[in-house]
Amino acid sequence: MAVHSGVRGLVGAIILILGCANFTMAVEMLNVSYDPTREFYEAFNKAFIADWKAKTGETVIINQSHGGSGKQARSVIDGLEADVVTLALAYDIDAIAAKTQWMPPDWQKRLPNNSCPYTSTIVFLVRKGNPKLIKDWGDLVKPGIEVIMPNPKTSGGARWIYLAAWAFAREKFTGDEQKIRAFMAVLFKNVPVLDSGARGSTTTFVQRGIGDVLLTWENEAFLAMEKMKGSPMEIAVPSFSIRAEPPVALIEKMAEKHTTQALAKAYLDHLYSDTGQELAARYFYRPSSPAIAAKHADRFVNVKMCTIDGDFGGWAQAQKIHFDDGGTFDQLYQPGK
Amino acid sequence: MCPAKATSVKQSATSDPWWTRFVLISIALAFLCAFLILPLLLVFSQALAEGISAYFRALKDPDAIAAIKLTLLVAMAAVPLNTLFGIAVAWSVAKFHFPGKGLVVTIIDLPLSVSPVISGLIYMLLFGAQGYIGPWLIEHNIRIIFALPGIILVTLFVTVPYVARELIPLMQEQGSEEEEAALLLGAGGWRTFFQITLPNIKWGLLYGVIQCNARAMGEFGAVSVVSGHIRGKTNTLPLQVEILYNEYSFAAAFAVASLLAFLALVTLVVKQFIEWQARRREDRAQQEHQA
Repeated sequence: MAVHSGVRGLVGAIILILGCANFTMAVEMLNVSYDPTREFYEAFNKAFIADWKAKTGETVIINQSHGGSGKQARSVIDGLEADVVTLALAYDIDAIAAKTQWMPPDWQKRLPNNSCPYTSTIVFLVRKGNPKLIKDWGDLVKPGIEVIMPNPKTSGGARWIYLAAWAFAREKFTGDEQKIRAFMAVLFKNVPVLDSGARGSTTTFVQRGIGDVLLTWENEAFLAMEKMKGSPMEIAVPSFSIRAEPPVALIEKMAEKHTTQALAKAYLDHLYSDTGQELAARYFYRPSSPAIAAKHADRFVNVKMCTIDGDFGGWAQAQKIHFDDGGTFDQLYQPGK
Repeated sequence: MCPAKATSVKQSATSDPWWTRFVLISIALAFLCAFLILPLLLVFSQALAEGISAYFRALKDPDAIAAIKLTLLVAMAAVPLNTLFGIAVAWSVAKFHFPGKGLVVTIIDLPLSVSPVISGLIYMLLFGAQGYIGPWLIEHNIRIIFALPGIILVTLFVTVPYVARELIPLMQEQGSEEEEAALLLGAGGWRTFFQITLPNIKWGLLYGVIQCNARAMGEFGAVSVVSGHIRGKTNTLPLQVEILYNEYSFAAAFAVASLLAFLALVTLVVKQFIEWQARRREDRAQQEHQA
């Protein structure tokens, strides 16, 4: 059995060598983000790197990781050493703060606008000419309509969608819980597949041609139209939606460990700068700066929106009532029925 | 049935009428075409959908090159280690008696029966920041999960069985007489290994190694759990394919996928060659025996 221990020793040695080889000289930081921000951060990072170089003379590398928002938060909790996180909803960052103590619980108060440099909303993407005449939430529960959306358990976007639909039903049925639940149940009967992330749903709808309507982020809908000129689609803005707030935050403990505090802080601040805000608008996010939002007002339809804090008592409560195990989503969604 | 045909050796093995054979063979071939060959061809046609220059541009993208490098590096670490391990285990199981031998053979198969996602999560529980030794690792600035060591570890785990499984039956069948003779004649342990054991198992070993390599380069699930998906850093080829696909770069996704498909083809060809070699050797041995 001598060979065995030899092999084990070798494995150990290699792990140690590779583990140590991670130290690099160039300053790097990691932004762990959610699914539909890939294109935006690719452009933003370029702008920020140039800006930082002009200000400090230092060349930095910004690494990116993308995935479903809940999954990404889990990875950070498990040790993916993010200097900053830019996720789909505050609850996922709350989870990081609660499980790791790597950042203060009141992280959301540290940056303007609830730590949301840009916002978005939920819209419908339909086939060109809107052949099934899907214009509002009420049209989604008609028989024979196939609705594509991601899974609220894993996708941040899907949780915004779910709450928007819930808020619409609450207003329509003036708070009658029975009728709201019936509406949601019928809506989910019309959903043939729940992908794990927003981008997965977009490919299901656009590339695989499944479904009559895709419920998604406004920015994701615009981007899909821009990228996929081959498959004709159009956006239908419902009469009522939700103000989707994807926040950003510094993971203090990790930035401290990497000695990137100044860099990471400047990175987040840059999101609020005119350059950052212009880029956000360019990638179809609604800028938080009123001046830049006004410049792009023609792009974003004015729609009546509910908010997570105003209408659902904040994320902690919404998560508990709707998305935790046994919540309303679990009660209402019965696959294959 | 035609009497002339019935006399041939191969024919006598079956007495099914011609149409039964025809239908069965047709079904088998149609199935193969529909589920194996057609998708494979689709990969290549999609990869070239935007032309040959777009194909090479996709492969020359820095993130794609990083993914190729990482995949090769992971295979270069995992395959030799598992080859050593496979030989060692097969040797001990086939040539020695020790308590718990059956258990060892069973445990080697574990990675094949466990879902790759679980394989990834096992390492997460061990090395993750909330895991058993994760906090200590963070303190000492050693990165395992979401870095190269973690990717190599899970790849090692999922590819453990391939070499060992190939060698155990082979070495058991061969027994230890030849080695014993060599030792009696005064050869040392290493010499016995290199001059007797290794030549006897070389084709089986090679077969195990290429299978191990194919899996090491193609593993998705387990690697996805521990990768962290940092672009240009911790994405292997299969993960890069998924990313490109999700970024609406379909031709680029299939261009990278075609590398993996190409690897599969090479694996098949080498496998065929090895089987052909083994058959030839068997025939020769039989002829010598008869002579």
